[in-house]
Amino acid sequence: MNDLLSIDDLGAPGINELLDLSVSFVEFTRRDIPKIPALRGKTVVTLFYEDSTRTRLSFETAAKRLTADTMSFTAASSSVGKGESLLDTVRTIEAMGVDAMVVRHQCAGAPHRIASWIDAAVVNAGDGRHEHPTQALLDLLTLRRHLGTDAFRGLRIGIVGDVRHSRVARSGVKAFAAVGADVTVVGPPTLLPESLEGWPARPATDLDDVLPELDVVYLLRIQRERLGAALLPSLREYTSRYGLTATRASRLKPDTVVMHPGPMNRGVEIAAEVADSPASIITEQVANGVAVRMAVLWSLLGSGGLVA
Amino acid sequence: MPERPDEFVIRGGRVVDATGDRVADVLVQGGVVAAVGRRVEGGPVLDAAGCMVVPGLVDLHVHLREPGDEEAETIETGARAAALGGFTAVVAMPNTEPPLDDAAVVASVLAAGREAMCEVASSGCITKGRRGEELAPMGELYALGVRIFTDDGACVDEAGVMRRALEYAGALPGAVLAQHAEDPSLAGGGHMHEGAWSSRLGIPGRPEAAEATVVARDVTLAELTGTPVHFLHLSTAAGVALVRDAKDRGVAVTAEVAPHHFTLTDAECRTFDPAFKVHPPLRTDADVAAIKAGLADGTIDAIATDHAPHVPEAKERPFEEAPPGMLGLEAAFALTLTELVEPGVLALQDALACLSWQPAAIAGLDGHGGPIEPGRPANLCVVDPAVRWEVDPSRLASRSRNTPYAGRKLTGRVRHTVLRGEPVVVDGIAQR
Repeated sequence: MNDLLSIDDLGAPGINELLDLSVSFVEFTRRDIPKIPALRGKTVVTLFYEDSTRTRLSFETAAKRLTADTMSFTAASSSVGKGESLLDTVRTIEAMGVDAMVVRHQCAGAPHRIASWIDAAVVNAGDGRHEHPTQALLDLLTLRRHLGTDAFRGLRIGIVGDVRHSRVARSGVKAFAAVGADVTVVGPPTLLPESLEGWPARPATDLDDVLPELDVVYLLRIQRERLGAALLPSLREYTSRYGLTATRASRLKPDTVVMHPGPMNRGVEIAAEVADSPASIITEQVANGVAVRMAVLWSLLGSGGLVA
Repeated sequence: MPERPDEFVIRGGRVVDATGDRVADVLVQGGVVAAVGRRVEGGPVLDAAGCMVVPGLVDLHVHLREPGDEEAETIETGARAAALGGFTAVVAMPNTEPPLDDAAVVASVLAAGREAMCEVASSGCITKGRRGEELAPMGELYALGVRIFTDDGACVDEAGVMRRALEYAGALPGAVLAQHAEDPSLAGGGHMHEGAWSSRLGIPGRPEAAEATVVARDVTLAELTGTPVHFLHLSTAAGVALVRDAKDRGVAVTAEVAPHHFTLTDAECRTFDPAFKVHPPLRTDADVAAIKAGLADGTIDAIATDHAPHVPEAKERPFEEAPPGMLGLEAAFALTLTELVEPGVLALQDALACLSWQPAAIAGLDGHGGPIEPGRPANLCVVDPAVRWEVDPSRLASRSRNTPYAGRKLTGRVRHTVLRGEPVVVDGIAQR
């Protein structure tokens, strides 16, 4: 693997390998000094054209725990405002000598373009509506740690909300299905993809129909701008039809877990008391992010294989 | 071959035009065809053995980028690319800067075109600034020779404005309103065909319905006003079906398709390479099949390239941020021969009709596309139908490099092009 651009780059064996590696890094981060010289002398740059404090910090923390040098580039504080093109920016950064570029961009496929321009490894940290592979991996890691290694096969996962505009959903559907889960995407027709041809998932427009069968309820963030585009009448109507309210949560199976990639709109797609309930594993998701990103960086830049 | 010979013979070719198909020599004298027949003598010889001699091709749809974006293309370089592609006439689209909504700008394009290696007809805008609001001075532009009016690049999306423009053009005999049929309220913000691939790639889409709704509406308006409507770069099965139905009912509509819409599909976008970004977008296999069927049954009148040059930097961007458009002039004839004639989708003569005399008739370009017979202007193309060649972006005559066909092997290459009796391309080499 030279780059991590899409879950498609991994397949089930690649996913499982990264998850195994991530588990070892989880153990490792519990040590008193959670730092190893695995990537000493390597340089990892985060190149973020969209704001995302949590993902950027998670990658930078992962790189630092592996003793890589890190550089950070954000569009807001850079020469992008002076009209520099993506190609020129990327070549300039590469000329400084970097081994991996972690890219977040508002356009689908921007990391793929960058990977075609430079030799350094490229990690997709979210591209437009396309993919966010490390999010899907950390979600799988969270489920595996919570439910056990063999829990994926036949696991019923419902991804609820704005699937159409969601890179988290696109990576998640692929990753969950690859490890054997049974995926349903749930939302109003205006927020489901125009076509699901080739998606290993089936659609549902009535959350209450599918809710009692789900083992995992994965909620997506609803953005206010969808109202202006005539995709939704109101957030209140969304909540009444698709929000995981306390009432709906009470109809879940006792061992069903609730996930969310953050940041949450409490009171819209998820009720505050549900987010904070024992069924919620949302904070575990955040905690697992660093370990997964360590695994990804180690796989791309390290000598390969498991870290002892 | 002397420079600009006044007299020469195109020797040994198979002459194919609207009237038939025969082996004959063609004598050109003083800019016109002087004789066609066996063993015609006179002046130096342009060898055409094993080649087809056909009326010069006519492209209803090119973006020459002048004025305003001469880094990407100029009238001179675009016309050279056209001549190398076998075209003797092109219609320049109006989305220049400033746009072709003003007599002085149109006059400057026509003046530059007179020096070019193919005839350059200018389109004119339907509305001022291509904004779809107020009418451009269509009568003034018509007086300069403009026959194709279009806001191409933009759709005249308000039905009331399109209706008034069609009514107004009713006083301009031979004028045609050419529509870029994509409803911006459906296609706006989209970057590729809306379907399985766009949903998978997370790229906002441009639905088939964006074309079909405008075609359906404008067929109705053509019927209402009696003014002919030409549909630019039709890309969908639904669009083809609507035009077929309109023609069956006798409505005055014509339609063109671009080579990329019968040779490429939206699956090409899976690598996120903006070379494959174009408006209207590359569609599905079913749309490609429908376009071929539309060509075969005469629903489609013309093959037009939508030649749209962009500087390399413009395409070295993420897909969603790159401008739409691709080069077309230098590969169109070969694509037609390779993808339509060779597999038997179109008979040779029907393909030439779409590339030459039918578009010439739509644009009112009387000197082009006519039968190759004595007294006709010598606007001719000689193509070697057997040559296999590979598209190499670095060897194109266009100032830009944004072809989606890099590395593609094609059959049939233009050998000579004759413009008003002047051999402007000889043995595949531009003469000026």
